Amino acid sequence: MEVFVQQLINGITLGSIYGLIAIGYTMVFGIIGMVNFAHGDVFMVSAFVALITVLVLSTVLGISSIFLTLFVVLIVGMLITSLLSWAIERVAYRPLRGSFRLAPLISAIGMSIFLMNFVQVAQGPRNKSIPPMVTDVFVLMDSGNYTVTLSYRQLIIWGVTALLLAAFWYLVAKTPLGRAQRATEQDPKMAALLGVDVDRTISLTFVIGAALAAVAGTMYLMYYGVVSFADGFVPGIKAFTAAVLGGIGSLPGAVIGGLLIGLIETFWSAYFSIDYKDVAAFSILAIVLIFLPQGLLGRPEVEKV
Amino acid sequence: MPEPVPARVDIQRAIREAIVAGLVAFGILLPLIGLQTTVNIRNELVLNPRPYLLAVMVAFVVGISLLMSLVVHPLAARRAAARTEGASIKAAETRARIARIAAPFALGFAFMFPVIVIAFGGLAGSVKWIDNFGIQILIYIMLGLGLNIVVGLAGLLDLGYVAFYAVGAYSYALLAKTFGFSFWMLLPLAGILAAFWGILLGFPVLRLRGDYLAIVTLAFGEIIRLVLINWVDLTGGYAGISGIPRPTFFGIPFNANDDGFAAVFGLEFSPVYRTIFFYYLILCLVLLTAFVTWRLRRLPIGRAWEALREDEIACRALGIDTTKTKLSAFAIGAMFGGFGGSFFAARQGFISPESFTFMESAMILAIVVLGGMGSQAGVAIAAILMIGGTEYLRELDFLKSVFGSQFDPTHYRMLLFGLGMVLIMIWKPRGLISTRDPTAFLHEKKTIAAKFVKEGRG
Repeated sequence: MEVFVQQLINGITLGSIYGLIAIGYTMVFGIIGMVNFAHGDVFMVSAFVALITVLVLSTVLGISSIFLTLFVVLIVGMLITSLLSWAIERVAYRPLRGSFRLAPLISAIGMSIFLMNFVQVAQGPRNKSIPPMVTDVFVLMDSGNYTVTLSYRQLIIWGVTALLLAAFWYLVAKTPLGRAQRATEQDPKMAALLGVDVDRTISLTFVIGAALAAVAGTMYLMYYGVVSFADGFVPGIKAFTAAVLGGIGSLPGAVIGGLLIGLIETFWSAYFSIDYKDVAAFSILAIVLIFLPQGLLGRPEVEKV
Repeated sequence: MPEPVPARVDIQRAIREAIVAGLVAFGILLPLIGLQTTVNIRNELVLNPRPYLLAVMVAFVVGISLLMSLVVHPLAARRAAARTEGASIKAAETRARIARIAAPFALGFAFMFPVIVIAFGGLAGSVKWIDNFGIQILIYIMLGLGLNIVVGLAGLLDLGYVAFYAVGAYSYALLAKTFGFSFWMLLPLAGILAAFWGILLGFPVLRLRGDYLAIVTLAFGEIIRLVLINWVDLTGGYAGISGIPRPTFFGIPFNANDDGFAAVFGLEFSPVYRTIFFYYLILCLVLLTAFVTWRLRRLPIGRAWEALREDEIACRALGIDTTKTKLSAFAIGAMFGGFGGSFFAARQGFISPESFTFMESAMILAIVVLGGMGSQAGVAIAAILMIGGTEYLRELDFLKSVFGSQFDPTHYRMLLFGLGMVLIMIWKPRGLISTRDPTAFLHEKKTIAAKFVKEGRG
């Protein structure tokens, strides 16, 4: 029972991070139908930006307040990551729009390799770790030999994720930008005829996805305290799995999928085998795509001649 | 036909774009380049500011932006305006004619390569060149040709091709070590096992198409790699398998003993003989793969693959069994991957899961797509460019005198590889060789532009 509750807490935390990344995949796939392979690496870059910002704040400016640090890191991370994603879309994807269908995917894989190795060259191949930011924990249950804890860190991750998801939901559901986005998703040509700036909408989709990935990157750094240049690939695939599981193109689906993948991963590690936890995630990806390609909340794709 | 548009250079706009590019580059690079995180003596992370490098890189981005908008774009626009459909077909025919003349020369060069290298570099110095360039490039050509069957001909996007390469390598390593089977026996066996895996992994994904298929095959590739890592009893985990028996030359081993190759033929012992043997071995495998693929394209099964790539629904309506067609593509593609894998294990004498990462799959796919999907010559050219080019970085020691002794060009290998993928896609989205010889034609054989060939969604 105690183990179960503890894993539930850990799984939700991990799942929030996956969910935030998954939104970027699902939005981009929804709007231009491509798997943005570099998204996982954008997430990794955002974790590095967060790391560097934390170091600037703590060692150069001497700020020790956790909430101020977190706030500044989030803002800086979101800004720089958005800029990066905007530039990637502009340089590597936009010239290929409407071209040969495999071209953007190959370009995205190239971009992913580029980003990973750029960070490796620029920041060094070693793992970078920072001292834990918030160490306090609540003890929820104590049965003598096993203590169930909920750390402040996890609470912050839950809170920030919930807050940003609410803001994001408002953006997509209630603002003109969100309307333009949904219109472009349904029919780009028609949307353009009705006065929607399709290029700008697609750019902003990438920007929003990257901003949420930056939040995930900051949370990841805060949770694990360590990041390396290769950390984008596996979380990226898992987040993509989450997006597919939830139904690609569906925003609530991405969040639910993220939580499910996080929970499955932690429970698998706790009850079966930690060595095979990635195998579990990849197997789910394959199983879902084969048997439930529309995901939990997605619309089934109609095959047209 | 589009109206010819006079290309005009808009300097104001170019400058505006360059400023934006510079600002964006500054924003992105400020943390990543401007502030390097290093570990100090007390094992704490500290920041190491690099303002000059940052300035150089931002200036570089501004320069590239100016170059693009002032030189490259106007030139491209002028060329696009001047080009007509007929002219581009004619140009393609000229290229095809050149290719027909050049092909025998390329083949001759491939056969003479070790001789040329030894003539220039002597026996001892040539091992590196034959091994790092010749064999390495040929392995990737072989894998590219194998994947070309799946991706280029059948239009099934496979991102986990390295799994079959791994199956071939581990089959050879395990069977040779455990049962002492010879290379010549295991080469076909590894191919058959890999083909079996191709069918096994192909079966569940029959219904999937396009990006989804790509992601599921990626997942399969990763699962196989993770199993190789974690099943320590069988595969040795991360440590891999070492001491894999080497193939022999009709029973004569390549060693310094009295019954070794050098002694039998009355030569002085040198490791280069084994390397040359491997070179011709892989060259023969590559030619076999190319020949088989070329013949298969003209058989009903090959035509069914291409029909499948063009339109799966029409294919089904015509009574082609898509299940059989897809599985045969997976199986034959995987078989060549298996051959490549067993060759790799035999050549290295050591294998570990490190050699079978997703990055390898991405590289092989990149070679196929960059070469122009379906084009065998394209695969060869792309492999020479991408693998040869990145291998050549190891040789660029003079750069150390430019950038200081800390500079190691090999660190930039994958960086440039990724950048190359993006740039070639932007420049030529259909790959370097973008013309096709159709397999079926009416009255007269003509070369067509690749844009008439669909990429397939299968």
